[in-house]
Amino acid sequence: MEGLKRILGIVWIALALLTAYFCVFHFGLPKLSTGHQEDLVFGIIILFILTPIISIGLAVFGYFALTGEYDQKKM
Amino acid sequence: MQNNKKTLWKVIGASSLGTLIEWYDFFIFGSLSVVLATKFFPADNPTAAFLSTLATFAAGFVVRPFGALFFGRLGDMIGRKYTFMVTLMLMGGATFLIGCTPSYESIGFFAPLIVLVLRLLQGLALGGEYGGAATYVAEYSPKGERGYWTSWIQTTATFGLFISLVVILLTRFLLTEQQFDDWGWRVPFVLSIFMVYVSYLIRKNMDESPEFKQAKAEGKTATNPLKESFGNKYNLKFVLLALFGAAMGQGVVWYTGQFYSMSFMKTVMFLESDQADLILGIALLLGTPFFVICGKLSDKVGRKWVMLTGMLLALLTYRPIYESMYQITNLSTKTETAAVIAASHTTIETSDGMNEIHTTTQSFTDGTSVKNTEITHLDKNKTPILKDGKPYITAKSVVHISGGNYAKLVFLIFIQILYITLVYGPIAAFLVELFPVQIRYTSMSLPYHIGNGIFGGLLPAVSTYLASNALSKGQADYYLSGLWYPIIISAVCFIIGAIYITKSMSVTKKDQ
Repeated sequence: MEGLKRILGIVWIALALLTAYFCVFHFGLPKLSTGHQEDLVFGIIILFILTPIISIGLAVFGYFALTGEYDQKKM
Repeated sequence: MQNNKKTLWKVIGASSLGTLIEWYDFFIFGSLSVVLATKFFPADNPTAAFLSTLATFAAGFVVRPFGALFFGRLGDMIGRKYTFMVTLMLMGGATFLIGCTPSYESIGFFAPLIVLVLRLLQGLALGGEYGGAATYVAEYSPKGERGYWTSWIQTTATFGLFISLVVILLTRFLLTEQQFDDWGWRVPFVLSIFMVYVSYLIRKNMDESPEFKQAKAEGKTATNPLKESFGNKYNLKFVLLALFGAAMGQGVVWYTGQFYSMSFMKTVMFLESDQADLILGIALLLGTPFFVICGKLSDKVGRKWVMLTGMLLALLTYRPIYESMYQITNLSTKTETAAVIAASHTTIETSDGMNEIHTTTQSFTDGTSVKNTEITHLDKNKTPILKDGKPYITAKSVVHISGGNYAKLVFLIFIQILYITLVYGPIAAFLVELFPVQIRYTSMSLPYHIGNGIFGGLLPAVSTYLASNALSKGQADYYLSGLWYPIIISAVCFIIGAIYITKSMSVTKKDQ
């Protein structure tokens, strides 16, 4: 189980990068350029609040998992 | 022992009542968003006005984590009781003032600006309230029974929504449509100040939590809770695990059951608004006791698998559940009893001229009826107003269901409420037990409000985006596409929770 926890750390980091890509290029930036006020608000929320929280948070979580911070003996 | 139980019930009563009122305050804004859009945002384009309100709604959720940090820090330094008194007053004041704010027609741009600021204050207050109430109750509760006792706090969010729906329905029932539109929508907001005052009087006489009092007496309270919670690697890893392994999935399951379902009934199934509210209200009422049952169950079998079972069931069954809901009002599969059973034609005067309203009602063999309304907008000379070179005509259809269909829809919503009770019932105890008393308020509030507020709060916007995309691509089941958001988030959360959450993480386990 400890090995699986560590290996999955790579998956969480990859997922963080993938999420960042989708949030920025598919949800965030296209919304900023539509010219509609409601899209602008949504785009800003996605780019500056949701993306950092999900991506940085998940990447740090993945890093902790990869480096064994969630191993039984460290809990 | 008897005295302890009596004190505990007093604590539960006072905490739950305040939290219930906070949720009520928070939800009436969302429940009345369509009316608020017409009152506070430029009404040239109703969709734009509605989306503006939705953006305000999202802003209300986005600031919640900041409220969690601000008030969590206060709660860990000064005390739980003082802090959640402040959040209660802040929420009540903001809600009351929304009800008193003049409309856009009266004061122009200041109206939406004031409402936006007040909405942000509501979000801040809610961010501080929940963590305080959950921590306060948990610190009074006997070890081994925290799931049961904190589950009473967990009922307040759902019950708060229920009360908000009841107050709105009652106000609509007691007033004419015109009265409600003119001033009646303000009543649910203004009422809040009286409820908050009662709750303030009850909370005022409560004592500080025993665990916090002891920590304070021993000089063990945190001097910088934010740094100790998030600057300390050991605590930070628990904050992240609480977010990605529990709160994130809980947030989307909660919002799907309580809000996406309501929006789906009204905008996809075209169900009559009052009927949709009532159906959700019945399901909420039937489901609420299960918060306590699931909380108690988590004391016996552990928090982890109760919460994860809720997530797993949700991600496996959301699509079939919503497909069944959709089919209930899918007119293409129904048999019409007569082409048109009723028709009416009326004219009403408006500020621009007048509206000619033509209404027809269709009836179907299974008891479903559909009211089709076509409005032709005329100017003062009774000539049709042109829009894009064509007569300006708006049309809408509203579906009314009855009998077996009604019961079936209540059941389908009730199942979703059950999932909520599984994920949400034990989560307060789970979060409280992850962190030590010195940084508990701060540490538990942040993941809860990010999970619930951000992941959950953005569900309507992200799901609407996914459904619109699917519709533009011509997908036949586009109405189910919005569900991919809660399904994927729940799946990731389930895997993280199942693998990384262990029994030894609990502070109480370490204490024993």
